[in-house]
Amino acid sequence: MKNTRSRLRNRSLFGQFHPPTFLIFLTLFFLCGGIMIVSVGLGEMKIPPLQAGLALLGMGNPSDEVIIYTLRLPRLLMALLVGASLAASGAILQGVMRNPLSSPDIIGITGGASVVTIFFIAFLPQVATSWLPIASFVGGSITALLIYSLAWKKGASPLRILLIGVGLNAAANGLTTLLLILSPLYSANEAMVWLTGSVYSSSWNSVLTFLPWALSLLALSYFFSRHLNAQQMGDEIATGIGQSVQWYRLITILVSIGLASSAVAFSGPIAFVGLMAPHIARMITGPSFGRLLPIASLIGALIVMCADLIARTAFSPLDLPAGLFTAVLGAPFLIFLLYRSGSKT
Amino acid sequence: MPLSNHYRIIGLLLTMVALGISFIASLKFGLTHINWDTLIDAWQSNHPNKEELIVQNTRIPRALIATCVGVSLGMAGALMQGLTRNPLASPGIFGINAGAALFVVVASSIFSVHSYVTFTWIAFLGAAISGGLVYLLSSFGKEGLTPLKLTLAGAALTAFFTTLTQGILVSDEGTLDQILFWLAGSIVGRDLDALLYLLPFFAISWICTLFLGRAMTTLTIGENVAKGLGQKTGWVKAIAALCIILLAGGSVAIAGPIGLVGLIIPHIARFLVGSDYRWLLPYCAFLGATFLLLADIGGRYLIMPGGPLTELLVEAGARTTSDEVPVGVITALIGVPFFITIARRSISD
Repeated sequence: MKNTRSRLRNRSLFGQFHPPTFLIFLTLFFLCGGIMIVSVGLGEMKIPPLQAGLALLGMGNPSDEVIIYTLRLPRLLMALLVGASLAASGAILQGVMRNPLSSPDIIGITGGASVVTIFFIAFLPQVATSWLPIASFVGGSITALLIYSLAWKKGASPLRILLIGVGLNAAANGLTTLLLILSPLYSANEAMVWLTGSVYSSSWNSVLTFLPWALSLLALSYFFSRHLNAQQMGDEIATGIGQSVQWYRLITILVSIGLASSAVAFSGPIAFVGLMAPHIARMITGPSFGRLLPIASLIGALIVMCADLIARTAFSPLDLPAGLFTAVLGAPFLIFLLYRSGSKT
Repeated sequence: MPLSNHYRIIGLLLTMVALGISFIASLKFGLTHINWDTLIDAWQSNHPNKEELIVQNTRIPRALIATCVGVSLGMAGALMQGLTRNPLASPGIFGINAGAALFVVVASSIFSVHSYVTFTWIAFLGAAISGGLVYLLSSFGKEGLTPLKLTLAGAALTAFFTTLTQGILVSDEGTLDQILFWLAGSIVGRDLDALLYLLPFFAISWICTLFLGRAMTTLTIGENVAKGLGQKTGWVKAIAALCIILLAGGSVAIAGPIGLVGLIIPHIARFLVGSDYRWLLPYCAFLGATFLLLADIGGRYLIMPGGPLTELLVEAGARTTSDEVPVGVITALIGVPFFITIARRSISD
């Protein structure tokens, strides 16, 4: 009896049931909720938290509801989805590459996605926004394909993938600059805001377009987390367990690209979230991916929501891009990571 | 590759000739057609016509700046690769370009600084801080400065500096238009005065760098060897670092962050003359200048009104506002295949 139950637990969504992790998950979940209530209340029109909460539930002041539902909530939901997607994408990449510094922005995937997205925004404005995630995904995938094939030399070593990714990122930046200079329709300032990473232009329309992508890809990534555990042990062990290493690496990388590039399509490349969130999550839960991925996604969502809250309110009336604040947060974190990875080896 | 000095001298003369030809090409070719007579007359004409004026006011400053910046970036790259004994080191990868650019943007946008004298010093400061930071961060740990750690630390800090730069530009629309082209790495419309102010700094570092040639060769064999031969390695490194800061920072001050020149040129030069720095450094200087001049000419033609690419874009519905590509974009696109080749070679399983 006891045996069957533990086996059943093993099959649950989060892998092995782990009470402390579950508590952390709940805490983070409520923290997200709290931030949401505070965030919808703050802005040029201040709404006290209690009334904001009531308005969210549809029981508040009608004028509050208008502000919250048309302006603040879509933006907030976008921040949440973007943060969760970027964090999951980073967590997967770090697992597959077995390198603590890999993240979609550093190896050029968001760079490649940016090139194609800017091309569509600038030269083909007649294309509907619902195609943008696909365009962005194509850009991200082309970049990833290039990285993978250029890094191939009797197998694709994670280290080579990283270095070549950095190189391709430089090329992507060059192309983005070229497109910015060529683009007539998009004023340079708007493009800059997008490139710094901002959720300010989110509408219900964009949230609803992004939602199915984000949810299905996040679900896929949780589904594949079992394979990621084996991947991060190293190629020999993963093969030993019976995994076809290169094949699973390809699938998990594809999911990761999908997450990062669909987020980029809507918010621009918000920096360092994909790097930071998985590390913070790993400090809390340890390296097992079943626990890591949900926690990392929540932390990513928290980071982007907080960054956007600060960006929107701290320098009011200026509405700054959220990416500015994730970068400010990310740099000291990065220094810490480099220091730690250096002192270990 | 053991080469006799005979061949090396002939090679050096050839690179000088190449530099001379590209310099003249840079004066002659572009959107406005300049024929040979105008070019020669422009030298001494006191009452210049329109074409001669273009040569005097636009083309000559531009070619001179491309030459100086190319020399500086080529030498800075060679020094950095020697100093860190790392094939991927260069001002762009090290984050020096992005750091110096951030400092300049902060100064112009937040502190309303607009004199090139101040810009120069601020760019030096930015170059020193960002270069030092990347060096420090990537040399943590026992194995020291590996190509991977260096590249990642540089890439991450570049991302950080770039985001900050963009953020500042976003909050200050006024400076954006003027600075966007500079930020892409461009030598268009620069003042000759700015170059004249920088020239002493450049000249001193060029001379110092050339004198360092012998010491650098010994240093690249190994620090212990160099010490055993009686070299004061601390001094050599300090002077080389100072030269790198002046060369790279000065280049950013005048031309913006132009990437990957400092990475490619030393590799081409090493392929031609081997790794003796007494020869390598002058080769890097001439090749760097030639490369930047040619890349700049390429940038003029790529989206020139009436050109094939422009026609294609116009058909696609684009109305371009600019008629040339900043040279930094060209060097980035040419440089990346080189970077990838070097990266593939530097990591073996």
